[in-house]
Amino acid sequence: MTSVLDATDLRVRLGGESVLGGVSLSVERGEFVGLVGPNGAGKTTLLHTLNGTRLPDAGAVRVDGEPVGGQSSREVARQVATVPQETTLSFSFSVADVVEMGRTPYVSRFGTTTPADHEAVERAMTAAEVAEFADRSVQTLSGGERQRVLLARALAQETETLLLDEPTASLDINHQVRTLELVADAVADGRAVVAAIHDLDLAARYCDRLLLLADGGIRAAGEPGSVLASDALQTAFGVPTELSEDPTTGTPRVTAVTDRGSTPSEDGPAPDAE
Amino acid sequence: MYAVALTGVLALVVTVSAGVGPVSIPAVEVAQVILNAVRLPVGVEFTGGGSGLLRVPSVEILTHAPFGFAVDDTHTAIVRTVRLPRILLAAFVGVALAAAGTVMQGFFRNPMADPSIVGVSSGAATGAVASIVLPFALPFGIGLQLAAFLGGIVAGFAVYLIATRDGRTPTATLLLVGVAIQTLLSAVVSAMILFSGDSMRRVVFWLMGHLKNAGWGDVAAAAVVVPPLVVALAAYARDLNVLLLGEVDASALGVDVERSKRALLAISSVLTGAAVAVAGVIGFVGLIVPHGVRLLVGPDHRVLLPTSALAGGSFLVAADTVARAGTIELPVGIVTAAAGAPFFLYLLRTREVYEL
Repeated sequence: MTSVLDATDLRVRLGGESVLGGVSLSVERGEFVGLVGPNGAGKTTLLHTLNGTRLPDAGAVRVDGEPVGGQSSREVARQVATVPQETTLSFSFSVADVVEMGRTPYVSRFGTTTPADHEAVERAMTAAEVAEFADRSVQTLSGGERQRVLLARALAQETETLLLDEPTASLDINHQVRTLELVADAVADGRAVVAAIHDLDLAARYCDRLLLLADGGIRAAGEPGSVLASDALQTAFGVPTELSEDPTTGTPRVTAVTDRGSTPSEDGPAPDAE
Repeated sequence: MYAVALTGVLALVVTVSAGVGPVSIPAVEVAQVILNAVRLPVGVEFTGGGSGLLRVPSVEILTHAPFGFAVDDTHTAIVRTVRLPRILLAAFVGVALAAAGTVMQGFFRNPMADPSIVGVSSGAATGAVASIVLPFALPFGIGLQLAAFLGGIVAGFAVYLIATRDGRTPTATLLLVGVAIQTLLSAVVSAMILFSGDSMRRVVFWLMGHLKNAGWGDVAAAAVVVPPLVVALAAYARDLNVLLLGEVDASALGVDVERSKRALLAISSVLTGAAVAVAGVIGFVGLIVPHGVRLLVGPDHRVLLPTSALAGGSFLVAADTVARAGTIELPVGIVTAAAGAPFFLYLLRTREVYEL
């Protein structure tokens, strides 16, 4: 069995409301799985459940066959890294400091970072293309640069599984593509990646497989083309859609159809607020 | 590097401070008195133990301060029995308050946080005032200092318990519960002051914070409590850095968030309680020193915590020196506030200030 991340029948209730009503998924090494779905579908909650920061009310998450619930957050953080949607970077830590925080699960309480830690930080900064501004304060960075710093921090954790929550939500098209290319590199290195991506076209372009999450359940799963073509997509987003092929990339393209004509899906739902 | 420099500053401030008072003693002479004292235990060991590899450093100290400088006996007595205990106590209290303040500001991600924020100071004040005002002695022979310390710990613990639900303690809830408990306790203290009668002056003096009547016993107690706890806080410096990025993030990075929060809160509360118990409520040190130092060294708690602690020690020693230098002795709390606030405003205006 090659799947590194397994979730079975996850159920989560928040404030009495069911947010996840029995979600199962499994991700293999070297696989890029995109999580798509309308706002409030439970994408962020699912990611928090997968990385162990939220315990499910029922069901279990297994990483390498070991249940996450029975492990310390330190142990889990050596196996699963997360790039959050947004983080408080209002402190004048340098980029290198923030990336080095990715080594937290490896540094003992009374110890200091080792040369191996520094090498991991360097590798991560190079891979995420943030090495050239390693000494700058994170407060001076643009949105796209900050996103790459957070990606570098997650890479520095040296985990087999990488979770990303809307990594491209607030970026311009140049940085959207650049960030996803870096994630694709991480996948090529053999990592298992799950990313919540609200832009369906980008998701279809970069992901090996898509999971459509709506109303706390997976409504469609499989090849990007089949998921985007499914009726479940139209039901989930509550809007008629048409599928075409992007002439440049040759990947599926979704267009939402309205009475006034068609609008591209980029103008669709705003990213989940959290 | 900052830490080394600040240790030097602290030693210098202590030495100079010991020379200030009704009898002025030059700093050099003070240093001689202190060095003479350093020689004492070493000399005993030397004569008893004979030679040996481990004794070599002792011999060296003897040569650096050979058989005492000729120092006036009165001056020696003044420095060693009157001034030094007070100064060292000021240093320990300053270290404790600044370290606790640094941790609280990081913990709450709130620039207004100080060591008293979770109600420890108010609790300690309540305990101390009760022991002064109440017409009967507290049971088990609890004195003022122990009453203050226990009051602080009980208040801090109560705030934590009230703010905790299902094993989670949201910092915002903790902050609000702390404010509520502080308000409640200040009402209790005010009521007790109203009925304090003859002891009112003593109560008010205590509440303003003072280091008068410090003895070597207090110093020994502080030396046992403060340095180990500051080291313990330093062990959580990395966790505190990561917590600055938010609790969900910290958890995903492998920090056991609730456990680290409990440890940070407990250690800083004991530090604060101990400081307030021996020195009364000295405001501003725990608020302003961490801010000032953060502006200089940045937000990394692995650097910030030790530097801030050392700076706090120096600051309180200096403030207490001013407090006792005049003809009328002022409560040191007045000096820390009067000197600290303008200095802080200066830093705010001259340095680029980020959040926190």
